[in-house]
Amino acid sequence: MAVIQVQRTPLSLAERTYLPQIMGAMWTTLKHLLGPADTMEYPEQRPAIPPGYRGVPTLVRDPNGREKCVSCQLCEFVCPPKAIRITPGSVPEGAGVDHVEKAPQAFDIDMLRCIYCGLCEEVCPEEAIFLQRQYSMSGYSRTEMVNHKDRLYELGGTLPDSHFKWDVKKAAEEGGGRH
Amino acid sequence: MVDMLLGLPAPVLALLKGAAVILVIFPVAAACSMAERKVCAWIQSRPGPNRALPPIFAWIPGAGILQRLGVWQLMADGGKFLFKEEPLPDHVNRLYYTLAPVIAMVPALTTVTVVPFGAYIGAGGRIVPLALSSVDVGILAVFAVASLGIYSLILAGWASNSKYPFLGGVRASAQLISYELSMMLAVLPVFLWVNEPGAAGSLSLARVVEFQSRPGFWGGAWFLFTMPVSAFVFAVALFAETNRQPFDMPESEADLVGGFHTEYGAFKWSLFFVAEYANMIVGSAVFSLLFLGGWNVLPWVPLASLLEALHHLTGSALWLHPLVAGLVSVAVLLGKVLLTIFVFMWVRWTVPRFRYDQVMKIGWQKLLPLSIANLIAYAVGIALLQR
Repeated sequence: MAVIQVQRTPLSLAERTYLPQIMGAMWTTLKHLLGPADTMEYPEQRPAIPPGYRGVPTLVRDPNGREKCVSCQLCEFVCPPKAIRITPGSVPEGAGVDHVEKAPQAFDIDMLRCIYCGLCEEVCPEEAIFLQRQYSMSGYSRTEMVNHKDRLYELGGTLPDSHFKWDVKKAAEEGGGRH
Repeated sequence: MVDMLLGLPAPVLALLKGAAVILVIFPVAAACSMAERKVCAWIQSRPGPNRALPPIFAWIPGAGILQRLGVWQLMADGGKFLFKEEPLPDHVNRLYYTLAPVIAMVPALTTVTVVPFGAYIGAGGRIVPLALSSVDVGILAVFAVASLGIYSLILAGWASNSKYPFLGGVRASAQLISYELSMMLAVLPVFLWVNEPGAAGSLSLARVVEFQSRPGFWGGAWFLFTMPVSAFVFAVALFAETNRQPFDMPESEADLVGGFHTEYGAFKWSLFFVAEYANMIVGSAVFSLLFLGGWNVLPWVPLASLLEALHHLTGSALWLHPLVAGLVSVAVLLGKVLLTIFVFMWVRWTVPRFRYDQVMKIGWQKLLPLSIANLIAYAVGIALLQR
């Protein structure tokens, strides 16, 4: 690495009195004093959330209202802090989605353990779990900080889906095509 | 009403006046602590404290503006300091530990008595200064009593019986000794100029203001313009004397935790700060009186001619009433004091703290020779002019 020799010039008389520097600094602070605040008054003003933000993990439904999670438990296994706990269950009878193999009976994410790494979203083969925009998560007790299944769906809502994987599969089965 | 007040026995009148001044100084000192936080916040591009608003006061029109200015926060802080638990550490010297904040308050409020804070035009167009006690020793009394304030810091540092407060107290005393000299030497030219040979000598601050309100170009010029070096040295020494940044060695939270008040909490701690702000107010008042023309609104515009101009402009004789003149003069001086205090705060949040050796170096090797040279130059100049 090249060594750069810095020429250190001795301070001039004006510099040794500190005064021009102090005056310049005071001009700078005066500009800040009169300028607008850089901060945001948080609860009233909210920051703009950029796309790709990793907020609280949520479960989503497809546009037909079907819960997308099939309780394969991949997210549970991949979760580094072991924040996710899934109890697999069967698909509810008569919901018109009998062709889907499974659905979670219970789906808990302990937000005291979650590290917002997004591995669950990455690993999910059904695109059922997403880290969305909610960034503020608070509660008065440890149990309150565990998001249960209904809460997760409430937070997640419905996201657009371009695959409709299970509908395609059902149609193929009924039409005698591939599958 | 005024006649009835003036007809009261002298001790009662003095008590009333004293109470009135303390009632002004205390809230202003408290408000300064909030102003400090707000100025700090604005300089750092933040809004500052603006949340506190007790719901029972929310209906008052204008309460929202006070909320934005942090006034309710100030009251909450005051209440908190008054009512929170006051821990007394085991290792302190209890008597002196408790005494120190009280001793801090005494000189801070005593110096106020000799500072004239306004004037009214008495019989025969004579300017009568408004002060609790208009003593002739004026500036000497201010210096003598203000220096006593340092004892509280030393006492606090020693009584706390722990190393950081001790170092803070030692620094406080060394710093005061270093800058007191320059401060005194800086104001000497002013009094050399004010006390003409042949006339009766006086160190009164009112006399200095009188000199800045004479007619003519040189008469009406504030001493800030005619003695800039004195004003500069005095201002720098004032920063050091009131332990303000960049000279806040006794506190110096970066290297001494909290300095002399490390072991203090609650009301005792807040007393130190009210005393510091009271000192700042008095210091700013003395600076305004000496160098900024006291109760004259603008340079070359003395109070008397301002009131006469207002009288001509509005046609109202009310402006010439002594009470109105007194109020105007107090308002003008208070405005200057607040402006000076703002500069104090502005500097505090701009300039980083000097190192301790730099403080000593500036005090003894720069400021003191400068003030001595200034004194000699002005002494010679004044001797030639007033010969």
